[in-house]
Amino acid sequence: MKKIEAIVRPHAVDDIREALLEAGFHGMTIMEVKGVGRQKGHTEVYRGAEYQVDFLPKIKIEIVVPDERVEEAVSIIIKCAKSGKVGDGKIFILPADDAIRVRTEETGDDVL
Amino acid sequence: MKIDTGDTTWMLVSTALVMLMTPGLALFYGGMVRQKNVLGTIMQSFVALGVVTVQWVLIGYSLSFGPDIKGVIGSLQWAGLNGVGLTPNPDYAATIPHQAFMMFQMMFAIITPALISGAFAERFKFSTYLVFVLLWSTFVYAPLAHWVWGVGGWLRSLGALDFAGGLVVHISSGVSALAAAIIIGKRKGHGHEHMPPHNLTMTLLGATLLWFGWFGFNGGSALASGALATSAFLMTHIAAAAATLSWLVIEWKHRGKPTLLGAASGAVAGLVAITPASGFVGPLAALAIGVGAGAVCYFGVNIKNFFGYDDSLDAVGVHGVGGTFGALATGLFASKAINAAGADGVFYGNPSLFFIQLLSVAVAIVYAFCVTWIILKVLDWTMGLRVQQEEEVQGLDLSQHGESGYIF
Repeated sequence: MKKIEAIVRPHAVDDIREALLEAGFHGMTIMEVKGVGRQKGHTEVYRGAEYQVDFLPKIKIEIVVPDERVEEAVSIIIKCAKSGKVGDGKIFILPADDAIRVRTEETGDDVL
Repeated sequence: MKIDTGDTTWMLVSTALVMLMTPGLALFYGGMVRQKNVLGTIMQSFVALGVVTVQWVLIGYSLSFGPDIKGVIGSLQWAGLNGVGLTPNPDYAATIPHQAFMMFQMMFAIITPALISGAFAERFKFSTYLVFVLLWSTFVYAPLAHWVWGVGGWLRSLGALDFAGGLVVHISSGVSALAAAIIIGKRKGHGHEHMPPHNLTMTLLGATLLWFGWFGFNGGSALASGALATSAFLMTHIAAAAATLSWLVIEWKHRGKPTLLGAASGAVAGLVAITPASGFVGPLAALAIGVGAGAVCYFGVNIKNFFGYDDSLDAVGVHGVGGTFGALATGLFASKAINAAGADGVFYGNPSLFFIQLLSVAVAIVYAFCVTWIILKVLDWTMGLRVQQEEEVQGLDLSQHGESGYIF
């Protein structure tokens, strides 16, 4: 069982959700985040006062999948999020020990 | 004396229009501060409706327009609106109830101290602010209003022209704003923390309400309905439009992008500058004043960076600079062909008007700066001007008022 954390451009998130659900993944969590990376920020000017805005808005998607489906999920995310320009985001894959469904207290891959 | 219903109607409508400018200013300023200070900033404008109305009824109107004492101040004979009734006072406006004139002037007295609050936004203690507004209205606004507009006032007798308050409203508030910004000091984190406006849509709505209300501010200053009110109304609109464009174009050239905040600022700058001139100049002069105002105030808001004071929302750069420009421009462009009760300016063969305007501007600047300085120093020693550091970090909304502007 692996947790995938994908940080992507905000506009890509609907495509990713649709493609993942269509492929049979049952759920995910997203959050609005800000980050700084190789994609530089921009400058804003208000009545002559200049601000360098480094942190840009991104969406972070978290999804936990069975080991054998990690590659599939990652390729779906990449397919939807990739524009080829700096700022497309990053994907991290982390081990997940277990998963528990609160309603029934089931555990393991069946929960995902 | 017969009351003219048309004149009275227009003056009541104008009074309501000018009243709307104060909440308009609240939104204009409120959008420019950080989210944690939005209510505190809006409150500083809105509460002036309360404080100044009471002050005006009790003593303010009498000190400003009451029976003259040696050209310097009105007597307290009209305190509590004693004798200010429904029959016209021909010294000021012969065709409308005296109370209509009083009430119209009240709205000017309300918005003027609120304009100053832009200079010390995001750090002024609310309790001290209330006392400041009271003292400022009494010791700065009332004498200046009397000198320029009161029967027997010495600047009025000298022939200085100020149709709707370039001196009394804009120079006085702008210069007081400078004194305030210097005395209270910079916001915590100024210069290295980001302090961008939190809601420019709110600012634009505020600027629009100011523009709308300004038709009453200037058009109503004719004190009657008819030709002069129409002319002042039109000049107001022309100058605002021209200044919107000129600020935008200069900013575009200078900074690379035309901003909405720039358009809103330009509009207000044009409105400020046309205020003293609106009843004395024609359309092309209004156009020139508007174009000039956008340019002059664009540079006006940048001088603070050079001198290093934190005029947070540019009360000095827009009202001080724009008001001064407008008062001097009146000395250039005024024409008796527009308003026979006015005077000719430099371009109509009367250079002396320009010097009278220059003198009146200098007097207003020196008087407003010095007296505001004294009031603020006294308040600083007694009540303290500034919120505690932790309160400033927390924001005025929570620390001064115990509420938040936005709960999502």
